[in-house]
Amino acid sequence: MQDVLRFITCGSVDDGKSTLIGRLLWESKQVFEDHLSALERDSTRYGTQGDAIDFALLVDGLQSEREQSITIDVAYRFFATPRRRFIVADTPGHEQYTRNMATGASTSELAVLVVNAGKGLMVQTHRHARIVSLLGIRHLVMAINKMDLVEWDEEVFEKIVEEFRPVAHQLGFQSFQPIPVSALNGDNITERSEAAPWYKGPALLRYLEEVDATTDVPDLKFRMAVQLVNRPTHDFRGYCGRIASGAAKPGDRVRVVPGGQETKIRSIVGWQKELPSAAAGESITLCLADEVDVSRGSVLVSAADPVDLSDQFEARVICLSGHHLVAGRSYLMNLHTSQAVATITAIKHRVDVRTGSHEAARALEMNDIGVVNLSTDRPVPFEPYERCRRLGSFILVDRITNETVGAGMIDFSLRRAANIHWQHVDIDKQARARQKLQQPVCLWFTGLSASGKSTIANLLEKRLFAAGKHTYMLDGDNVRHGLNRDLGFTEADRAENIRRVTEVAKLLVDAGLVTIVSFISPYRAERELARSRFEAGEFIEVFVDTPLAICEQRDPKGLYAKARRGELRNFTGIDSGYEPPVAPEIHLHTDSESVEQCVDRILHFLEQGIREKGKEQ
Amino acid sequence: MSGYLASLEAESIEILREAVALAEKPVMMYSIGKDSSVMLHLARKAFWPAPPPFPLLHVDTTWKFREMIEFRNRIARECGMKLLVHTNHKRKAEGVNPFTYDSDTYTGLMKTEALKQALDEGQFDLIIGGARRDEEKSRAKERIFSFRSPGHRWDPKLQRPELWNIYNARIHPGESIRVFPLSNWTEADIWQYIADENIEIVKLYFAAMRPVVRRSNQWIMVDDERMPLDPGEVPEMRMVRFRTLGCYPLTAAIESTATTIAEIVEETQTARTSERQGRLIDHDQAGSMEKKKVEGYF
Repeated sequence: MQDVLRFITCGSVDDGKSTLIGRLLWESKQVFEDHLSALERDSTRYGTQGDAIDFALLVDGLQSEREQSITIDVAYRFFATPRRRFIVADTPGHEQYTRNMATGASTSELAVLVVNAGKGLMVQTHRHARIVSLLGIRHLVMAINKMDLVEWDEEVFEKIVEEFRPVAHQLGFQSFQPIPVSALNGDNITERSEAAPWYKGPALLRYLEEVDATTDVPDLKFRMAVQLVNRPTHDFRGYCGRIASGAAKPGDRVRVVPGGQETKIRSIVGWQKELPSAAAGESITLCLADEVDVSRGSVLVSAADPVDLSDQFEARVICLSGHHLVAGRSYLMNLHTSQAVATITAIKHRVDVRTGSHEAARALEMNDIGVVNLSTDRPVPFEPYERCRRLGSFILVDRITNETVGAGMIDFSLRRAANIHWQHVDIDKQARARQKLQQPVCLWFTGLSASGKSTIANLLEKRLFAAGKHTYMLDGDNVRHGLNRDLGFTEADRAENIRRVTEVAKLLVDAGLVTIVSFISPYRAERELARSRFEAGEFIEVFVDTPLAICEQRDPKGLYAKARRGELRNFTGIDSGYEPPVAPEIHLHTDSESVEQCVDRILHFLEQGIREKGKEQ
Repeated sequence: MSGYLASLEAESIEILREAVALAEKPVMMYSIGKDSSVMLHLARKAFWPAPPPFPLLHVDTTWKFREMIEFRNRIARECGMKLLVHTNHKRKAEGVNPFTYDSDTYTGLMKTEALKQALDEGQFDLIIGGARRDEEKSRAKERIFSFRSPGHRWDPKLQRPELWNIYNARIHPGESIRVFPLSNWTEADIWQYIADENIEIVKLYFAAMRPVVRRSNQWIMVDDERMPLDPGEVPEMRMVRFRTLGCYPLTAAIESTATTIAEIVEETQTARTSERQGRLIDHDQAGSMEKKKVEGYF
């Protein structure tokens, strides 16, 4: 049996929540004499019960609340009976303070939903039941209060219970216990009251003492989000955190997520001694057998049962602030100990808290609950909230005001869910190019071996780089060593070689880069095929025109000599043909122009192209 | 240790580690009382084998019990932590004292104003304090990570929602965060933990024969010669102890025979008055703690 029960009380305004808690504190003898004398003094001044003691004043702590007779913020109360300890989150019933209710619910295992017998179920009753359900509470007590005002009419009680029972079922509560009470008079609080002989169930406090409020969760292996790295000396490096699930002992194999490195637990450091093992809920310091890359936000997990990593999620989110949550806006996301920038890519729907139905919404306003898609700037380790609260809950923080604007629970990763369509992200070639402040193009250098393509291309890339442009160069050698190492020099292989290079260049241009391709590319048809894969103006053919004799004279790699000796077959210019371009965008003559002059001409061409582009727009 | 105390300890250690991970320049308030002793013990556990990576700050009104000051200096030495002591010397020089000034004014100047001076001087962005939610009604509404506007003000209506164990400590320059790792502890938990962990506390918590005078139905200890006695008032020796410790003229003793931790735990469990009942400053007016908190009091 649990040593402690954390529960939340909620319900609509004036249902008597504060009175109920005051009564529980009173009945469990947690009210001190000095508090009582203050209470008697305050009851006459602020109380709503005439000269009788107003129990609500025991818990309505703030001056401004007393003056307005409402509860404006969540308050935590502590009481104990010989059988159990209780931590109560007393939360407000006003709609605009629903965010505080979510706060109280996030750390509770059970909810006591207070209903006013005279008024029956209210919008807030449904709202609060849904919020506690969304936050993973699976045990509900419905305290139907102010029964004295309806003369303990069993029918009134039954009508409310029967109206709500299907809702409790639909919201997935594992237990649902309705109890008729009068907090004001203390009926059915600690003992069953004679006022309602028809009620055969337990009194409220007795029920709270005995209820099993554990929630069915899968039996997860070891998981711990790292809070900080403790490194007081060079020979000690400990990873501090609180175990989210499972257990750990020295020798267990663990994996670091993200990163994926595996190692063993060397020791578990406790206070002035080492521990033989540690279990979920404990705050520990772990030392690992190997040097691995672990920092705050890493999750150490059992190597046998690692966690997922994702940057696309579907989540339930509650809007907590007056600033609406809007699709396309980005927030800081605190998920366990990691922090990422998260963008709401789509608001799938808003939940109507009364009926549970889904409504289309473009923004979530304060107190709205909705289902959204989130995209993070880097993959983060997580568990769905239903599996592990600690690794599946997050808050969203406004990047400018630092306010906590939303709270959410991860339902699943969009990457792994096969039947979920990819969210279309409106980031295209233009957006990427704009971000880089440049026009993406493909500069296609063609010419004989040793004509000077690589030399010119290299200097060009350096100059573009120095000007702050984002570039990438594909040349024959680096591509043939990797991507195209399966290809030889037959005509078919040369064609395939060029086709693959064309596709890679197209991806790089799509990524917004100034892409430089430096290939002999001897056949006109393939170069035209390449050109056809690009948009107009994107493909710039640069013909490095150097007479064969000069190339053969330079011969830096000794290839011409080999080909002449017959040691190299299909060599362009010797025993394989070169088809010069008919109308290249740029025609360079390396026998009369220096490398610098050639590069200047290309840069000049690019600048002109950009100016013309500017004129068109 | 019971499962319940172990879970409170684990939660507090988690909070202390978050505080250090999220702050640039944290500091821990150290008031020398039993809660401070527990908090310091938890901090030493949280960062073991390193000493806690922040200094201790004591706001010294110069009206603390003498035993408290001796205890403070010795404990700081033993922990290997830096101890910062701040006194509002300006007000002290102006003659502010707990006898001729009303407790509200005295506390406002020697505690709240002094605290703000020390925090501004140290440029601390995160301040760890030992307040508990069960102590007083306005504290029951306090967050674990509590946001303070420039000027160290607490606006109960502007507090950030705090869900699960996720804390938002992001602030702009001039703002600060106060962190309360003992939020969910009760007085009984504190005593039980002190007993289980054998934590050293100031001897004033244990009953002994001490010189006291009776004022407004409370026992006030005559700790030194600065205490002005009314005509005809003669200190008498009584078996008393303190449930909380503050400035000696403002902290009343209770009659007690509890000379061991076990006896104190026993006494606490059957107590019919709250521990802050001996704190004179809480009774100034309705909502007085809320008002002090708004102004920056811990």
